[in-house]
Amino acid sequence: MNNSTLNKPMTKPRTIVEKIWDSHVVSQEPGAPALLFIDLHLTHEVTSPQAFQTLRDRGLKVRRPDLTIATMDHSTPTTSRDLPVLDPTGAAQLDQMEKNCKDFGVRLYNRMSDHQGIVHIIGPEQGLTQPGMTIVCGDSHTATHGAFGALAFGIGTSQVGHVLATQCLLQTPSQSYAIRVNGALKPGVSAKDVILAVIAKIGIGGGTGCVFEYLGSTIRGLSIEERMTVCNMSIEGGARAGLVAPDDTTYQYLNGREFAPKGAAWDAAVKHWKQLPSDEGATYARELTIDAGELEPMVTFGTNPGMGIPISGAVPDPASVSDPIEKSDLVKALKYMDLEPGKPLQGHRIDVVFVGSCTNSRISDLRAAASVIKGRKVNPHVRMLVVPGSQQVKHQAEAEGLDKIFRDAGADFREAGCSMCLAMNGDQLEPGEYSVSTSNRNFEGRQGKGGRTFLASPLTAAASAITGVVTDVRKLV
Amino acid sequence: MKFEKLESKIVVLPVDNIDTDQIIPARYLKAITMDGLGEGLFVDWRKNADGTLKPDFPLNKPENKGAQILVTGDNFGCGSSREHAPWALVQNGIRAVVSTSFADIFKGNALKNGLLPVVVPTDIHKQLIASPGMKVAIDLAGQTLTLAGGPSVDFPIDSFAKRCMLDGVDELGYMLQQESAIAAFETRHPASIDTLA
Repeated sequence: MNNSTLNKPMTKPRTIVEKIWDSHVVSQEPGAPALLFIDLHLTHEVTSPQAFQTLRDRGLKVRRPDLTIATMDHSTPTTSRDLPVLDPTGAAQLDQMEKNCKDFGVRLYNRMSDHQGIVHIIGPEQGLTQPGMTIVCGDSHTATHGAFGALAFGIGTSQVGHVLATQCLLQTPSQSYAIRVNGALKPGVSAKDVILAVIAKIGIGGGTGCVFEYLGSTIRGLSIEERMTVCNMSIEGGARAGLVAPDDTTYQYLNGREFAPKGAAWDAAVKHWKQLPSDEGATYARELTIDAGELEPMVTFGTNPGMGIPISGAVPDPASVSDPIEKSDLVKALKYMDLEPGKPLQGHRIDVVFVGSCTNSRISDLRAAASVIKGRKVNPHVRMLVVPGSQQVKHQAEAEGLDKIFRDAGADFREAGCSMCLAMNGDQLEPGEYSVSTSNRNFEGRQGKGGRTFLASPLTAAASAITGVVTDVRKLV
Repeated sequence: MKFEKLESKIVVLPVDNIDTDQIIPARYLKAITMDGLGEGLFVDWRKNADGTLKPDFPLNKPENKGAQILVTGDNFGCGSSREHAPWALVQNGIRAVVSTSFADIFKGNALKNGLLPVVVPTDIHKQLIASPGMKVAIDLAGQTLTLAGGPSVDFPIDSFAKRCMLDGVDELGYMLQQESAIAAFETRHPASIDTLA
């Protein structure tokens, strides 16, 4: 860590994002973006093959394999690991990842590894994700790592190649956007509902060009896993990154993890991390304040994550929208979802429940879902998939007997991966099916061509699995 | 891919918040090269379940064949970071997308592939949306978009990205030239992890 820049007395109070930025600028030529150093580069099988090919074509090496990690998650089956990968194109992609990592000396947690899992789950659980870092991945949900006070954002494949070759990115600073959430959450209302409410308020493009900093007593009171859920969906509000300044919750989570600093190095790291929070008087380009006490469980009705309502609410009516494109978008969304304006979502029949994804597949998410499922049965017309975010999460769930709770209820407890969040690996909705999903996107066809997604929390998903309809968990006796 | 001037009729897709899952669905992302991604462009909007083309989808209409400028609703390219989205557009001959705003990651990815994201004011946007097939000229050096027989508007673009597109500057090559600065930074910025340990 570059303490000299971080500790330098500055007259202007800085945000945590500005501090991280300042300590990672390698160079800045006039008329060009800054060259920003990257502390951790996470890679997976889908967005890296063409980048590795660029390195091959140009005779380049991976500059810092020691700051690079690879896993298999997107195209990876969540069926038994004893079975072969049946999809030949998926299998070819996984084979290519093996070859690329071997050829370029990158550590890979492959399909059989005990450390395999969704890229945004394994970084934190292994202690690779640390406060003050710059972290990138060819995946838009990289903001998840912001829960630790890291500046983490998604990049395209060209940039994956840039980072592999130079450990740097050409970047211009984003605007700062303070999102303050204050007060106590009511029972049945979770971190997922907080972020769905934020996105419903600002819209899917509301944070374009910005980095969110989540502040306020509600955020401080969240566990690190809950903070990851909030930061994860920053991109659904249009922001490439979102973060929470580190505190004791962060340090307690990190201490003792595999790649976390040990002994004297730990003490020095914590001392450094304590300098990261935004200074008193730091200013933000934009601000939003949310009263946590007013929040209800949230559910989306439409075809983007900004189309969300409190679970007691009704599907909006296009007749009340004046902008013509906005109106036609709402009409289009309701047509795709086959929903009637003005009707409640509660009670709408569903076919599938998916508990998983980088948003909600950590052990606390599985515990929340299991707390609702325990002693009950999944409704006979519902197919419920529980997909742990990583092998480590899976082992922990098994140690706690959560797998048995899910299986006894009739749910399918699977191997780790992205699974039905983006339906690349064969786990998908059939055309016309409805799901309640703990994932992050309800775009048309996202969970399978013609499939329809209601995004919600693990509690809401589990309650809906029991009743077979969209359900307010607070009403499930 | 270099970009200087472009003159083309426009194809209009008047939908806000078009996400990258619509531009190219995830099932096309299992490719390990860039080949053939063009087939996935808007495929679920473009084709019926039996694989036949939907005749009313703008990109399928015969009069729009050869159009190089796509005009869309606000916040184009939101969602996933997949660079497959601009790859698929470019493989279908699209060289510029015109909207009132673009999602950050898509915009960056587009600029790296010779696909120009052009942000125009709302009034001009409305005029374009209402004029499918209109001839439009884009001049990157002058940063202007000119409607057929109509007004000309300036559009913003990052100066470095502009230079890269105009001169065909290779960004990775530019970064590699800064080797000594990177090496110097690395010595004063010790790593806090070692994934190979």
